[in-house]
Amino acid sequence: MKDSPPQSRRQFLKKAALGGGALAGTVSLPVWANSESLEFPDDLPDWMRKPGGDFSNYGQPSPHEQQIIRWISANPDAPGNGVSWTPLHDLQGTITPNGLHYERHHNGVPDIDPAQHILLIDGLVDKPLSFDVKSLLRYPMISRTCFIECGGNSNSGWRSNPIQSQAGYAHGLVSNAEWTGIPLKILLQEAGIKPTAKWVIAEGADAAALNISIPLDKLLDDAMLALYQNGERLRPENGYPMRLVLPGWEGILNVKWLRQLRLTDQPVMSRDETSQYTELQPDGKARQFTFVMDAKSLITSPSLGMMLPDNPGIYQVTGLAWSGRGKITRVEISDDGGENWVDAELHAPVLDRAFTRFSLPWHWQGDYAILQSRATDETGYIQPSREDLIAQRGKHGFFHYNAIISWEITEEGDINHVYGF
Amino acid sequence: MSTVSKLLSHILLLLLFMTCHADDHYQPLGTPANQLSQQAQWNLSISPDGKDLPTGKGTAAQGAKIFSVKCASCHGPEGIGASADPLHGEVGTLTSDYPEKTVNSYWPYATTLFDYIRRSMPINAPFSLTADEVYALCAYILNQDDIIAADIELNEDSLPQVTMPNRNGFIVIYPDKK
Repeated sequence: MKDSPPQSRRQFLKKAALGGGALAGTVSLPVWANSESLEFPDDLPDWMRKPGGDFSNYGQPSPHEQQIIRWISANPDAPGNGVSWTPLHDLQGTITPNGLHYERHHNGVPDIDPAQHILLIDGLVDKPLSFDVKSLLRYPMISRTCFIECGGNSNSGWRSNPIQSQAGYAHGLVSNAEWTGIPLKILLQEAGIKPTAKWVIAEGADAAALNISIPLDKLLDDAMLALYQNGERLRPENGYPMRLVLPGWEGILNVKWLRQLRLTDQPVMSRDETSQYTELQPDGKARQFTFVMDAKSLITSPSLGMMLPDNPGIYQVTGLAWSGRGKITRVEISDDGGENWVDAELHAPVLDRAFTRFSLPWHWQGDYAILQSRATDETGYIQPSREDLIAQRGKHGFFHYNAIISWEITEEGDINHVYGF
Repeated sequence: MSTVSKLLSHILLLLLFMTCHADDHYQPLGTPANQLSQQAQWNLSISPDGKDLPTGKGTAAQGAKIFSVKCASCHGPEGIGASADPLHGEVGTLTSDYPEKTVNSYWPYATTLFDYIRRSMPINAPFSLTADEVYALCAYILNQDDIIAADIELNEDSLPQVTMPNRNGFIVIYPDKK
């Protein structure tokens, strides 16, 4: 292959080179004058000279960060039908704050009174059961950090021309949270699963009454009835008072505002598993029940909308990688459009089917560059190039776009989205 | 109390505790829901066999009138799309360079149409249509591409009999393929 060992890539610095010696000469810390005087210097900031603001019952981000928002894209005739994108390019770490978790609603966010909401488990069970929220809160719970990604995330990648949107506003229909709830197996077993049951039709209590079929095996494996998101009760837009979380499987299956699980022997063939979330191939046949989200990665910085101020300069290339099939084992970065690749550092913890943060210091010499990241997961699956993905699936699949994403760095330090060489 | 009787009462208490808590260390709190499970509002999903379809009937001509009042503002006066998706036409385009996925060109089952319209349309008033109106709208859309004839009445028996043009257009990936 074309891969060359990291030491041959002079642009990517080894970690050791970033040690004190390299930067010490250029850093100067501010020193207050009049250090012997008892009088306070006039240039102490205001916020040190008067008492600060009040306590708050529920904290909000700094007013200086108000531009960090979900980008909403909805149908003007039906404003509850659309999406909002997580600003991945503005975030660090791996946990998506609850107010910035991506949204996909089919007909708005329902205002559900938890005292009136129940979950019904019926169909091919020994005894149909209903559960109210109070009762569910008494069940044993587990916590799990995992990503949820819309099957339609990054779908602009299928277009002929690269979309010039910021990283999160083209690829941010994916978010990562710690979900806490009840292993679904417990509730299904309480109802008693009949041997003929193979599928479960999940239905939401929104104004689309969204329904979709899920293989029973997944619900018995690692699915959760989530009640908490990053430690607090679910946000309304994320399914309050309860939702499904199916680690690694496409977002549409993680049904929000869950009201019913009906066990059946066949899928229901609902709109969202036939006309949507199926991938049309060039031969006219469509892939159906493509549940798992394959490995993907995205450089969040530097990325479109930013610029590189220093030429030459040292920049921390960083981003996120995730796979619906397991842990991320490797992320490689290229600055020459995929000719050569260097391993990035994976930041702990590297969790199964969760965001993994990667980074690599990069010494930009002011040359034209194309930055790319390529993820590998523990099954050995390697994130494909756009060329390979299209060769495999054609251009009309719409869903499950996970090709390598390329940022062009111009000699002026501007950043554009391109489709690689 | 003697030591022996103390021990016995402890064992009794322990047995009682174990009975209450089964062996999974939690208390099953589900409420029997046999009756609830029979009610219409908990039987919204319509499978291709159509067994949960409600009684009702409708024709394309009736559907056309309902469409112009309740659907055209989003799907366009002809149903070929506006702010919402096109519903018919484009049958046979799936292998072309510009495939169009309409109900009639792409959807594999007519029962899905009933299921989806009833639970979510019109988008500003879901669950406002009668069963007859939903059957009529299904008939109107399907008739646009002659999937059913204009004089066909759709009802709980005839709807599942409709064969959609793209019935065999899907390859199931789960669980065996990647």
